[in-house]
Order: sequence, then structure tokens, then C-alpha cells
Amino acid sequence: MIVRFFHQMGSPRYFYGVAGKLIPWFMVSFLITLVLGLYYGLFVAPADYQQGESYRIMYIHVPAAWMSMFIYVVMAVSGLISLVWRIKMTEVVVISSATVGASFTFLALATGSLWGKPMWGSWWVWDARLTSELLLLFLYLGIIALHSAIEDKRVAARAVSILALVGVVNIPIIHYSVEWWNTLHQPASITKFGKPSMDMSMLVPLLTMAISFKLYYGAVVLMRARAEIVERERNARWVQELVQEEAK
Amino acid sequence: MNPIRKKRLTLIGLMVAGIGVATWLALNAFDENLMFFFSPSEIAEGKAPTGHPFRVGGLVATDSVKRKSDGLTTSFTVTDNAESVTVEYTGILPDLFREGQGIVAMGQLNQSGVFVASEVLAKHDENYMPPEVAESLKTAHDEAVGANQNQVSVQ
Repeated sequence: MIVRFFHQMGSPRYFYGVAGKLIPWFMVSFLITLVLGLYYGLFVAPADYQQGESYRIMYIHVPAAWMSMFIYVVMAVSGLISLVWRIKMTEVVVISSATVGASFTFLALATGSLWGKPMWGSWWVWDARLTSELLLLFLYLGIIALHSAIEDKRVAARAVSILALVGVVNIPIIHYSVEWWNTLHQPASITKFGKPSMDMSMLVPLLTMAISFKLYYGAVVLMRARAEIVERERNARWVQELVQEEAK
Repeated sequence: MNPIRKKRLTLIGLMVAGIGVATWLALNAFDENLMFFFSPSEIAEGKAPTGHPFRVGGLVATDSVKRKSDGLTTSFTVTDNAESVTVEYTGILPDLFREGQGIVAMGQLNQSGVFVASEVLAKHDENYMPPEVAESLKTAHDEAVGANQNQVSVQ
């Protein structure tokens, strides 16, 4: 049954329909978790013992930084599937994720910079964590540029997939940069193993925001994928029928 | 899996592995340049550059912060609990600067071994907690240390 589901999802027409039904659910749950996360993060969670109120920017910064890496991994995996199995839908996922990934990376860099000025005393430093995250932004921008430079969508998808796979080495570098080298950026507060070095009252809103951002990505990638499908399949009969129906 | 797909998968696997190894070698070669700062121990070992400015990082030692009479110059000791370096800095210090706090200073060593800084950045740690929790942790720590000292004095 699961195999059948994946086979069906590989068909652009089926994907288009399922995505259309899923988007409202993603959007509603995104808005609910966003309101909850922001309210608990900005008003309920206590101030930090050292940073005072300024630490609250992490409720945007940390989830955005997580998303910037998560989306890249999604792109690299979809890229691998596209290259090996030549599945149209994973090609669509690769390119549909690029802009939202770039936006999250920019958001992480910008909020980090705003926090860095009062806390560290500098908008920007060239330490390993900040530099590798900036490189990630350039990778996203490179992928977007490469995709729009090639006319043939399938050739473009192949080129972009290769670039995404080449860049994936940067992800472990970003993650471990704070452990491998001396950096100004602090090490991770939340690790898979071991107790988080953050108070529960601050951790719960942070994780809520992380879920919220994931749901947002889900909604946006489905919307963009639908648009991409219609563009790619504009000559297919089902798309033309769809357009005629809309026109009525 | 059909042979064409298998071949593609192997090729991509080799490509990613190749890039991984290349990056690893490059990063290893540039290891020293990727270090944002040197610790006082590394400076004591003579690993820090002498000709050009570099950064030193560590904790501001307790009771070491002194203001000079001009009101702007601060001198303090940066330590990694093994070695320490005296730092002099003229200018505004960041919010998080305090004794016991991690900092990174940019500058050069002068003849008398004092690190003259042109920029001081505060390094934040990964701990986030409300003030009450920090207070109770501190009390618990002080009590534990006090208890230990009592034991020592009894012995």
C-alpha cells in the first residue's frame, strides 16, 4: 500500500490533487503553532539570566537556522532520487524548496546579526559557523540562478540536483563547526543525546516555533510544486482541462 | 535495481565521497586559519603569530578588571584556567562583558607581554535559563563548595 502511494505521488497529476487538499491543513496548523509559539516565546517565557530580553530573537533565529539546513538536506535527497531514478516529482521538490530555503538562511543570518551587535559587540565576524552558513546562502542562490539559466526544465533539474549534492558537504560543516574549531558562535544548546542546556520554560516555545516553521515549509513547497507542475505539464490534457474548468 | 540506475548511484556516491574527502583535506590544511581565536595556553606555547594581529579567547578572570584613570581604558586578565594573558582595551565593552564571562579580543602582544586589544567581543555560552534558576544554581554551587571547604578544614 505504501509502495502504491509513492508510485501515485510520482505522477504529477495525482500529486497536484493531493497537494491541493493538503495545503489548507498545513497552513492552518502553521498559523496555530506560530501564534502559540510567538505568544509563549515573547510574552510567557522568562527573561534570560544574562541576556535579559534580547535572547528572545532566538525564537526566530534558531528555527530558521535549523530549517536552512533541513531544507538543504531535503533538496539533496530529492536531487539524488531525481538523478538515479529520474522521477519528475522529486525534480519539482528540489527546485520548489530552493527559494524558501534561501529565505530561511537569510532570516537566520539577519536575526543573528541583529543579536550579535548588542551581545557580542559586532554585527558580523568571520568565524567558522557564520562563514559556513553564509556559504549555504550562496549555494541556495547558485541553485536558483542555475535553474533559471537553463531553458529545458529536465536538464535544469539535473544540473541543480548535482549542485545540491556537491553542496551537501557543507551541512555537517555548519553543524559541527562550533565543535571542530574555536568560534565566537556558541555551541548547540539542544543536542540529540543529553539534556538540553536550556530551561524547559524557554525550550517548549522554541520547539513549537520549530514545528511551526516546518509546517510553513510544507505549505509553501506544496504550493510552489503545484505551480511548477502546471508550468511543466502545460501541454498535458489534464492541465488544459483544468484551465478550461477554471475559466468557466 | 536495474544496472543503469545502479551505475548512476555508484557514480553519485563516488562524487559525494570524493568531494567530502577533498573538503576534509582542505579544512585540515587550513585548520589554524579556521580557528577564530587562540587560547592563553596556545599563546604560552608560542603558537600565536607574532608579526600581525590575532585574537585571544578565554574567560575574564575574577577580580582582574581594572579601570585606568583616563576612564576609558580597561585592563583585565583572560584565562583558560591553565595560562593567562593580560589584556588592555580602550573603548566601549559589549553588554555581556563581565568577570567570569567568555570573551574574544583582537589585537597584538606588546614588548612587555601585554595584549593590546583593538576590539573586544563577548562570547555567549549555550546556557539559557531564567534569573531565578541561575540564582538557585549559584546558591547550590556555593553551598557545595562551602561544604567541601569545611570538610578540608576538618581534615
